[in-house]
Amino acid sequence: MPGSAFPPPSPDSPPETPRSGITRRGFLKGAGITAASTALLEGVQTLRADAESEATPGVTEFGPGADSVRLHVNGAEHVLDIEPRTTLADALRLHLGLTGSKIVCDRGVCSGCTVWLDKIPVNSCMTLAIDAIGHHITTIEGLSSESEPHPVQAAFVRHDAMQCGYCTPGMVMSCAALLERNPHPTEHDIRHAVSGNLCRCGTYPKVFAATLDAAGSRRA
Amino acid sequence: MNRFALADCTTIDAALSQLKDGAVVKAGGVDLLDRMKDGIEEPQRLVNIRNVAELRGIRETLQGLTVGPLTTLAEISEHPGIRAHYQILSDACGHAATPHIRNMATVGGNLLQRVQCWYYRSANFQCLRKGKDFCFAFEGLNQYHAIMEYTGCPSVAPSSAAVALLGLGASVELTSAKRGKRTVGIRELYVVPDANPTKFTVIEPDELLTAIVIPRPAPGTRSAYQKYGEKESFDWAIADAGVVLEMDGPICRRAVITMGAASPVVRRSPQAEAALAGKPVTEETARAAGRVSVEGAQPLSMNAYKLDLFPVAVYRTVLLAAGLRGRDPSAAG
Repeated sequence: MPGSAFPPPSPDSPPETPRSGITRRGFLKGAGITAASTALLEGVQTLRADAESEATPGVTEFGPGADSVRLHVNGAEHVLDIEPRTTLADALRLHLGLTGSKIVCDRGVCSGCTVWLDKIPVNSCMTLAIDAIGHHITTIEGLSSESEPHPVQAAFVRHDAMQCGYCTPGMVMSCAALLERNPHPTEHDIRHAVSGNLCRCGTYPKVFAATLDAAGSRRA
Repeated sequence: MNRFALADCTTIDAALSQLKDGAVVKAGGVDLLDRMKDGIEEPQRLVNIRNVAELRGIRETLQGLTVGPLTTLAEISEHPGIRAHYQILSDACGHAATPHIRNMATVGGNLLQRVQCWYYRSANFQCLRKGKDFCFAFEGLNQYHAIMEYTGCPSVAPSSAAVALLGLGASVELTSAKRGKRTVGIRELYVVPDANPTKFTVIEPDELLTAIVIPRPAPGTRSAYQKYGEKESFDWAIADAGVVLEMDGPICRRAVITMGAASPVVRRSPQAEAALAGKPVTEETARAAGRVSVEGAQPLSMNAYKLDLFPVAVYRTVLLAAGLRGRDPSAAG
């Protein structure tokens, strides 16, 4: 079966994080360290060769307790101690303090938690953080710098495309992802792209107008 | 969500070696996490097959298509070859859930998702499907439930991919480390609740769904799928219809009509198929096929509306498949 996306690691993906969770955790516990710096973990990973000989080939064990894993978020590497049950949304919000992604329904219904895995928009509430290892994660915080907002963000401001604001980070991530793969969408394309993003204030028309504006397109 | 250990596997053999002691397979994880967050399942160990590369991708062969079960719904719906020759499948996968869920959810997971009955999905109700002896839907809220082919449990088949794959005559390959491979048709994949209410599919605990095999459609085949729901997005169907027509000029040589959300297991409608076979596809024959698709139905207290909805879904989808009508603007998505 040709390996295609799931999403696929992008060509410039960070090197795969070694998944020798148990051994590293054992080492970290033994060393009395709970949150190690990346530099220290680089050293720890040299212990990995010993661990693999004991394990079943092709199987990496995680949990049920916390393991140290590396996530590549907004262009930087982070080391987190997380249990397998930790969702990507919780890892981002609770472990990394990136609270821009909102957990609203926690069931994949509302897309308030939208982030990109290798530029593909997904619901971080229904993604285990462990499944994001080896992928580029982009959150609303990483979409732009404060001094220069992303064109979609700037257009949202111009068009007043938010009311209570709770759906806004997810909306922006969905619309910005659309422009990444379709720079000149029609309003129909935008409606389709945000069809999973619930806005209970009903500000959809301004979301469509802002995204068309950001793309330099005119309303059909 | 309960605590669990997770065995992250990168090969089929590695995954098969982990299928023991009550371990539960996780692929995209969308339906499984849903059940775990709702507290209706508390597996102690997950076997993560998400990173098994050999279970991904779409391969076109002389015999038809082989689809890896980890292929996402988005990948299937956007695949040019599937759009061109298996439109029923791209339609079905492109209208499930939301765009973001379709980026995450696998077609194997869509086939194997559990029923969406709200009594089954609530930890507060211990029902037939959880090994107890009572169904709450008969006396309770049953507007989304079955209208046919039920006795004990009237929950409905939730998978839109199954409606398409049954229409295409697809089968799945199941693999066990001990017993090797076996092939099972889409309809036979599912266990009717009357036979065993707690066993949803025939997949044994040591088996993995390793491929979906779709035969090449006969020349002149046209197909379509439409889904009707209360909402345009995210929601499961209240009625959906799959239509595969083998055309010989204006005459329909053979028709396969499939229905989801009508019965506990995805079904074909032999009556609707007979209404089209050997006849030209017209407004009249399409309406006749729709009309007989609900023959013998026995609605529950709140879902008689499906007796009107299914005939319309079948009729409009037959015309869509035949190219006599565009997509129904009142269908979902």
